[in-house]
Amino acid sequence: MQEIKKVLLLGSGALKIGEAGEFDYSGSQALKALKEEGICTVLINPNIATIQTSENIADKVYFLPVTPDFVEQVIDKERPEGILLAFGGQTALNCGVKLYQSGVLEKYNVRVLGTPVQAIIDTEDRKKFVGKLDEIAVKTIKSEAVTTVEDAKRVAKELGYPIIIRAAYTLGGLGSGFCDNEAELDGLAAKAFTYSPQILVEKSLKGWKEVEYEVVRDQYDNCITVCNMENFDPLGIHTGESIVVAPSQTLTNSEYHKLRRLAIKIIRHIGIIGECNVQYALDPASEDYRVIEVNARLSRSSALASKATGYPLAFVAAKLGLGYGLYELKNTVTQATTACFEPALDYVVCKIPRWDLGKFKGVSRELGSSMKSVGEVMAIGRNFEEAIQKGLRMIGQGMHGFVANKDLGADNIDEQLSNPTDKRIFVIANAFHKGYNVDTIHSLTKIDKWFLHKLDGLYRLDQTLKGFNKVEDIPLDLLREAKQKGFSDFQIARIIYGENIDVNARMDLVRTYRKAQGIVPVVKQIDTLAAEYPAMTNYLYLTYNGTVHDVDFACDNQSVAVLGSGAYRIGSSVEFDWCSVNAVNTLRQNGLKAIMINYNPETVSTDYDMCDRLYFDELTLERVLDITDLEQPRGVIVSVGGQIPNNLATRLDSHHIPILGTSADNIDKAEDRHRFSQMCDDLGIDQPRWKELTSLDDIYDFADKVGFPLLIRPSYVLSGAAMNVVSNRDELEGFLTLATNVSKQHPVVVTEFIENAKEIEMDAVARDGEVLIYAISEHVEFAGVHSGDATMVFPAQKLYVETMRRIKKIARQVAKGLNITGPFNMQLMAKNNDIKVIECNLRASRSFPFVSKVLKVNFIDIATKVMLGLEPDIPHKSAFDLDYVGIKAPQFSFSRLQKADPILGVEMASTGEVGCIGEDFDEAILKAMLSVGYTIPQKSVLLSTGDSRSKADMLPTVKILQKKGYKIYATRGTADFLAPNGINATVLHWPDSDQKPNTLDYIKERKIDLVVNIPKNLSKTELSNDYTIRRSAIDFNIPLITNARLASAFINAFCRIERSEISIKSREEYR
Amino acid sequence: MMCNIILILHPYFILFTQMNKKKAHLILEDDTAFQGFSFGSSTSVSGEVVFNTAMTGYPESLTDPSYRGQILVLTYPLIGNYGVPPMTTEGGLPRFFESDKIHIKALVASDYSFEYSHWNAVKSLDEWLREFDIPAIYGVDTRQITKIIRERGVMLGKVVIEGNDEPKEFDDPNKKNLVAEVSCKEIENYGNGDIKIILVDCGCKYNIIRCLVNRGATVIRTPWDYDFTKLDYDGIMLSNGPGDPAMCGATVAHIKKAIATGKPIFGICLGNQLLSLAAGATTYKLKYGHRSHNQPVLEVGTNHAVITSQNHGYAVDTATLDKEWESCFVNLNDGTNEGIRHKFQPFFSVQFHPEASSGPNDTEYLFDKFIALCKR
Repeated sequence: MQEIKKVLLLGSGALKIGEAGEFDYSGSQALKALKEEGICTVLINPNIATIQTSENIADKVYFLPVTPDFVEQVIDKERPEGILLAFGGQTALNCGVKLYQSGVLEKYNVRVLGTPVQAIIDTEDRKKFVGKLDEIAVKTIKSEAVTTVEDAKRVAKELGYPIIIRAAYTLGGLGSGFCDNEAELDGLAAKAFTYSPQILVEKSLKGWKEVEYEVVRDQYDNCITVCNMENFDPLGIHTGESIVVAPSQTLTNSEYHKLRRLAIKIIRHIGIIGECNVQYALDPASEDYRVIEVNARLSRSSALASKATGYPLAFVAAKLGLGYGLYELKNTVTQATTACFEPALDYVVCKIPRWDLGKFKGVSRELGSSMKSVGEVMAIGRNFEEAIQKGLRMIGQGMHGFVANKDLGADNIDEQLSNPTDKRIFVIANAFHKGYNVDTIHSLTKIDKWFLHKLDGLYRLDQTLKGFNKVEDIPLDLLREAKQKGFSDFQIARIIYGENIDVNARMDLVRTYRKAQGIVPVVKQIDTLAAEYPAMTNYLYLTYNGTVHDVDFACDNQSVAVLGSGAYRIGSSVEFDWCSVNAVNTLRQNGLKAIMINYNPETVSTDYDMCDRLYFDELTLERVLDITDLEQPRGVIVSVGGQIPNNLATRLDSHHIPILGTSADNIDKAEDRHRFSQMCDDLGIDQPRWKELTSLDDIYDFADKVGFPLLIRPSYVLSGAAMNVVSNRDELEGFLTLATNVSKQHPVVVTEFIENAKEIEMDAVARDGEVLIYAISEHVEFAGVHSGDATMVFPAQKLYVETMRRIKKIARQVAKGLNITGPFNMQLMAKNNDIKVIECNLRASRSFPFVSKVLKVNFIDIATKVMLGLEPDIPHKSAFDLDYVGIKAPQFSFSRLQKADPILGVEMASTGEVGCIGEDFDEAILKAMLSVGYTIPQKSVLLSTGDSRSKADMLPTVKILQKKGYKIYATRGTADFLAPNGINATVLHWPDSDQKPNTLDYIKERKIDLVVNIPKNLSKTELSNDYTIRRSAIDFNIPLITNARLASAFINAFCRIERSEISIKSREEYR
Repeated sequence: MMCNIILILHPYFILFTQMNKKKAHLILEDDTAFQGFSFGSSTSVSGEVVFNTAMTGYPESLTDPSYRGQILVLTYPLIGNYGVPPMTTEGGLPRFFESDKIHIKALVASDYSFEYSHWNAVKSLDEWLREFDIPAIYGVDTRQITKIIRERGVMLGKVVIEGNDEPKEFDDPNKKNLVAEVSCKEIENYGNGDIKIILVDCGCKYNIIRCLVNRGATVIRTPWDYDFTKLDYDGIMLSNGPGDPAMCGATVAHIKKAIATGKPIFGICLGNQLLSLAAGATTYKLKYGHRSHNQPVLEVGTNHAVITSQNHGYAVDTATLDKEWESCFVNLNDGTNEGIRHKFQPFFSVQFHPEASSGPNDTEYLFDKFIALCKR
């Protein structure tokens, strides 16, 4: 066999629903494993915010699309001997399969390391997969198509009742239903045949348990199952949408090992080398099972399993791909035992998805077989109650655990229990309050009664605690039991003292009292072997179910705690993980012990290899104080993990926890609108006019003064939750009621909305109020598109020198005014050199990794040194010196979110981003757009270009399109505008019209390669008008652009540069 | 009492105050004490404290005769979740258990589920323990107990339930002939296959019988000290069992006789130690034994590694084996012996449990191998 010296690893690209940070973790681990072997590594991943694309991880990084054409070009250039396909999610796997099938891998003699491609194909193709498992008599979910009632009965008999029948070729489940016996089938099948000549008969697995196994196999056929996991939600809800516990809780030994045995049988038969995931449906009333699917690659579940057990699956899988035997590898946690073992847990973990469905217009909140969640948390406890209550706080949606939450209303509990939404778990709490018992809830949800009994116990404990008026009255054993079952001090305070008092003060009271009574948590290790062997592990969590700490606390003033970013959500994702990890690296390089606190299983920051101590635990005030009480760190860094740690600054400060960098008071000054505005006024810095809502009359007065449109939002939120633009008085009134529901503590703010202004971002680091280094980027889109959804250019290419100078001056003033020490970010808008500050965050921003990597200056490293009082090396490097351009483009996941309107506004909607580098703006934007899934149109473009201004703005671009020979289709208004301007567009009629040719038909028939649809404004009527065009473009997978400036930029780029002219250059080649 | 007033106010209160929770203590030989709450029976007992890191399988473990005399600490914290299955019998054996009764002396857990949920459960763990008068304790730091045992070695201990007298002495089960306590008193037969297997019952788990019968064997289960060499048979199965192998001199003597006949011998766990003693080797007590479902074992001289279920406190010193014997399996974590075989004759044994139950069944193929040898 040829020796492997160079290996290409395919990344997963931008974060999207179903493919998130877990692949940064998997890929980083694999690259680490290869590096250890002295192998040269080449990575293709346009996701610039990841750890894996940072310095010293891979030897060469290409910020290019993970598509067969680009990958082939990189292969041609780099000539690797091996390729890894299993570490970049479905994106990398699909790309790898195509490269294999088209003969590229063979042509360049590139060997696929690990699982052979044929095995991947066998698991991906449903028919092949079923056939493959039939060969070893392993049961899968099958459906059979029949054309007569008699055949339906025969099939039903073979499958066993209950069965489900579906009428083929119908939409919306017409003619479908469950049958428990032949009589029911008779009726339903007859009915179904009236809808369709063919029906599908399938075994009904409704209410079955869903269980997963993570299986590993080496080339010697040795197999282990690293972890099994049980879904709290029964079959029918995508595992990415389910609450999941590990290990399984309701399976007997016989069930556990039956499924384990099958998993090993499957992995052997398919021929995986490395890691795979097997998902089962398990009958809750027997040991009958079905295999749902097998993922022949690292997955979200495998990342979770790694974090749940401490077993580094991706690292081991990469080594196995190189030909190692499992038993030849060490258990990296114990450093003494072998990697050929199955972790024994002495705790339970609970994964809870994080949804952001409120951010999308029109999307259904019901959970089902497709994934909609954008992130997840993992909570660790020594009983289920502790874990789930921690987890429900971690998801960060304003909940405090299972109980003691704000009332969700008690409408349609039955309906909400049987048709689960993202609020399901809280509906269960509500149901207990309304007197439902475990049996009733079970019959409606099919959730195993074991879980429900535990939740019922929490409800009862809540009721018991309600009987006390003072924390001092609670018997100590009961108070301890509450803490052991995961009640936070906040929950206890709210239960005891009610809602109408200052809960934060009472929470401190509960804390002080219980500490005086010796009710404090202990720190336990995750060691993979349940304490059987001594372990060198620094992977820790806190629990009240124990009496002795596993570790000692040095308290030598040599440690610093870094607060991580929590669950990925819209607006806070892998970029803050990059910031956290880089802060930790700088701490360690400077001889300090880095303590990381975070609970997101999809991250690199929660890899215990990265820091000196990892507390996989909550980022609540209570938990951070618990940790600082024990560790007594020199200080806490709150400015690299996004908004969650930033929001803790003031309260940590009031508990005398040293905050490194900018003071808590100044952080508050930037966050608090009034204080910030006052400062801006004092400094003579302009802001868009705004007012805080006190009454409707005041609002109308304000509207009369500044005019519509207006921006409405509550304060103290991230990424514009519940933020909206209103264009007239009716919309204003309608929206206010919605927005004020978000938070009682923080009032609603109304701001003037300035149209057609440029938006500019400034990322910078300051020390004692002096700006040390900065990066100014501009948005392609005008202000009004959320900065997280905007396409960002760095260095800014089209700003006046005067504008730049004014921005720098403002930044210096603000840095001084807030006495900033550490990272900060400002968003500004500019119209004719007239500059207004939109907001200022005294923390790292989403764009820090992007500007750091484009400029090749690590802003976080500098910021961390500054916060530590160390002297940073400030390179004398200016953005003007760069001979290249970086572009950051957003990734949207609208195709996952059925019915959601794919429109951009002040609410952030993107789930991820890429950052690409090009010789000039056009090349960079082309790479970036291709990286987030756009394709260069072959022949035809559909235009519907909004109001007269944007129609006029786009005219030069449309002319270029025509010149380039593209066939132009347009809606009536646009065509009418284009005709007198010399552009011959074919009119396509609106979807709601019967006239032909129709936009909808052309989209469905894929006669269009790019849809440009610009709404005239963000009013409801305008949006609903051409919703159908936008949505069908998404549903039929046709590239869609809804912003005129972005559309122009993209079209100009692909008209000017040929695909073949795009340069294939690694990060290292841009100097 | 104040609590009484609250009781009236809150009907649920009784479930959650410590009022009806009986306190219990685990006291170790070195005087370390852990306070928790009682479930199961209220008897106070003494025994040897051992830990098991398995995450499933308490009905199987508790009825495993190898645990005779031991206070079992489960490191997996959530116990009792799926209740206890019925005493259904099949082929003369209870289908879901490894013997007819609970053998442990007491059970120690971190978190006990009073409410259980499983289609095959008929009672709670608490009820089942009461039936056999076995005390149990929950709410103690089982991880800390495990670490103490790991650092200082297995030790004796007492489980003392509030209101019941503490046993005066620490009871060392290893001084007793535990095998004699758990072995059958007379010969019993199972199955009616063509191959006759003698099962020397030193405290055998029923799944060994099931594994043999399912492969077409007639199993003749004999008491531990019975001279089985006088019976007609095709192979000998040496079972698992509790305690110190040195207590089983009678069995070793019979094994030596059987070796001379050359018919296949297969030993499991204690059976491995007894075969080793018969092969001239010595055994020794491990610091804290192997009790788990995740012990990695390598077949000597191959790339074949397996995950095994284990439950033993003693091990074989392979250096002391007679020269015609060799080690055939080795533990990948600590290098201890996991099995021996004769270089020329059909005799082999393993320290782990190929019959599993509870635990992984990766090595069940060894029964096939044994049966094949017996058929020859």
